[in-house]
Amino acid sequence: MERDQARRMFDTDEMVINMGPQHPATHGVLRVVLKLDGEKVVDADVVIGYLHRGIEKLSENRDWTQIVLLTDRMDYVASAAANLAYVETVEKLLSLEVPRRAQYVRTILAELQRIASHLVWLGSHAMDIGAVTVFLYCLRERELILDLFEEFCGARLTYNTMRIGGLPQDVPPLWDKKVLQFCDLQIEKLAEYETLLTKNRIWLERTKGIGVISAADAISGGLCGPPLRGSGVRRDVRKDEPYAAYPEFEFDIPVGEHGDTYDRYLVRLAEIRQSVRILRQAVEGLPEGPVMGKVPRLIKPPAGETYHANESPKGEIGYFIASDGKSTSPYRMRVRPPSFCNLQALPQLVRGHLVADVIAVIGTIDIVLGEVDR
Amino acid sequence: MIDLIVLPLIKIVIVLTGILVTVMYLVLLERKVQAWVQVRLGPMRVGPHGVLQPIADVLKLFIKEDITPVRADKWVYTLAPIIVLVPALIAFAVIPFGPEVSIFGKPVPLYLADLNIGVLYVVAVASIGVYGIILGGWSSNSKYPLLGALRSSAQLISYELAVTMTFVAVILASGSLSMVQIVEAQRANGVWFAFVQPVSLFIYFVGGLAETNRAPFDLPEAESELVAGFHTEYSGMRFALFFLAEYANMIVVSGIATTLFFGGWLPPFPSQIFGLVPGWIWFVLKTFLLLYLFLWIRATLPRYRYDQLMRLGWKLLIPLALANILVVAAVKVALTR
Repeated sequence: MERDQARRMFDTDEMVINMGPQHPATHGVLRVVLKLDGEKVVDADVVIGYLHRGIEKLSENRDWTQIVLLTDRMDYVASAAANLAYVETVEKLLSLEVPRRAQYVRTILAELQRIASHLVWLGSHAMDIGAVTVFLYCLRERELILDLFEEFCGARLTYNTMRIGGLPQDVPPLWDKKVLQFCDLQIEKLAEYETLLTKNRIWLERTKGIGVISAADAISGGLCGPPLRGSGVRRDVRKDEPYAAYPEFEFDIPVGEHGDTYDRYLVRLAEIRQSVRILRQAVEGLPEGPVMGKVPRLIKPPAGETYHANESPKGEIGYFIASDGKSTSPYRMRVRPPSFCNLQALPQLVRGHLVADVIAVIGTIDIVLGEVDR
Repeated sequence: MIDLIVLPLIKIVIVLTGILVTVMYLVLLERKVQAWVQVRLGPMRVGPHGVLQPIADVLKLFIKEDITPVRADKWVYTLAPIIVLVPALIAFAVIPFGPEVSIFGKPVPLYLADLNIGVLYVVAVASIGVYGIILGGWSSNSKYPLLGALRSSAQLISYELAVTMTFVAVILASGSLSMVQIVEAQRANGVWFAFVQPVSLFIYFVGGLAETNRAPFDLPEAESELVAGFHTEYSGMRFALFFLAEYANMIVVSGIATTLFFGGWLPPFPSQIFGLVPGWIWFVLKTFLLLYLFLWIRATLPRYRYDQLMRLGWKLLIPLALANILVVAAVKVALTR
């Protein structure tokens, strides 16, 4: 009331500010049109599409194996997760049996990828809020994961590391030992990040109560992954619709309480711990055997359609694939990208906060524009 | 003649050169310390371990094109960096680097001036810098610099209050406004004011961080929000002047903290061995330890939000500073009775 009166007296206008697409804190080419009342955000409009490459359409002209390579280019900080979801969808379409060893190695790769992705998230999120050191610490450990991937498949970013029916090759000798070593190191280094942030007054003030979303809103908004779990919803595709070797491992699903930026931070840190737990079980129980199942020379799934989802580091990544049974490429492929679904919540999360919080909120929903735009 | 003009001029030249060289190497030190904290190497290419990096930086800034926005107010735009830098440099006039020493049998005080209102002079000079910031932001005639300038000046003015109040507490304890007398009072007391008035020191240091726009109060430089704050449009040598002023201000803040709270040129313990080391070395050592604290904090802490920064200044530091003055005054009265 008082504010309205003041506005009439001084005749203030809402200011429209463009944040991005070239902006250091929008994690790529996101553009947010902010309506500001002073420094307060009245409304935010998200503009996407600057990184659209038509991956879904492209896949209609590639054969089934080549599409793995396209999935790499979506979420480029977690490409193994996208690979895995895709090959599993095709295997489901083909009703293929995947050897147990391959399932285990896939799980190891997916969990390593989850840690790597969360490290990139933590680093860039902390850097947006001003803690530059955390960024370099996180990338230091991510480097070790990239080394592990390089040793396994030769690539460091876009791995192309899964094949329909299994894996391109078996793990190199002693690779599993290195994974275990990395697990020990990661747990040790997690404490380092936590000393810098978890109980830091400034960090608490910048993240607690910022970008709050209730469980009901999160569900109706179609959120997935850590943003959904941060609001207290215990939903994880790894538990609810198990795939790969996940049913054989023990792990918890960390959830938050308040659904604010700080809880999402805690959830992701706890997820790194759970990933390490899964990794240890998977490496210790790694069965012998082949890593490639019996796959027909010419992959030509029968006519039909299917949807299959995985838990990528960012949330539920799903593929809907329709095959006409005649051609050697999908009739239609549609991706449910977790970043895109989570990004939809941005206007709701930033309304009423200050401009500086927009940066924190963009960081906390953990988007990769390659996946949003595809 | 010599005593009145030549000697002070020589001293001014020495102090100014010293400060400018220190600023250059402080930038290198900052990059190195940051790098070591962040498990990197920092500048390594220019000279062994990057020791020539500052020279390369300065050369680069000299050669860069000096851009003035078309719609800028050219006079004010040119004047603003100078208004920022000059107060930062002339504040050194009253900082005592050491006691009186004799060179060729001639007594030479190691400070430019021992004003009997030294502390007031520092406060007065330091507050002029705000004009440069707000004029620089305004004359650029561009959105981001204007917003950044408003933020910076609001921040500087708020924290200046708290900082000035800690001076009052120190003046109460020492009974003098002269910087040299304050150091002498600490010698007479046998204990530095840092240990007598830890609250004053805390407020002064936090306020000092905010006044120099350093982390965690480096909002004007929050690249993720306001591009580069008030100096967004500046480039080349004019930008370098702002940069220089920021680091010179850091040295001023540390130097004043050394004088007021850490006994200036006094050795840590009044012992024979420590007495052999000249006073100005102790001064430089203490100042650099405090500067290191600046760098360390920058590498460790995230950044405050604008409203939180204002809240901290007005709702915590200023009341605390007022209460602090009250306590110091009460103790002083009780002791003199």
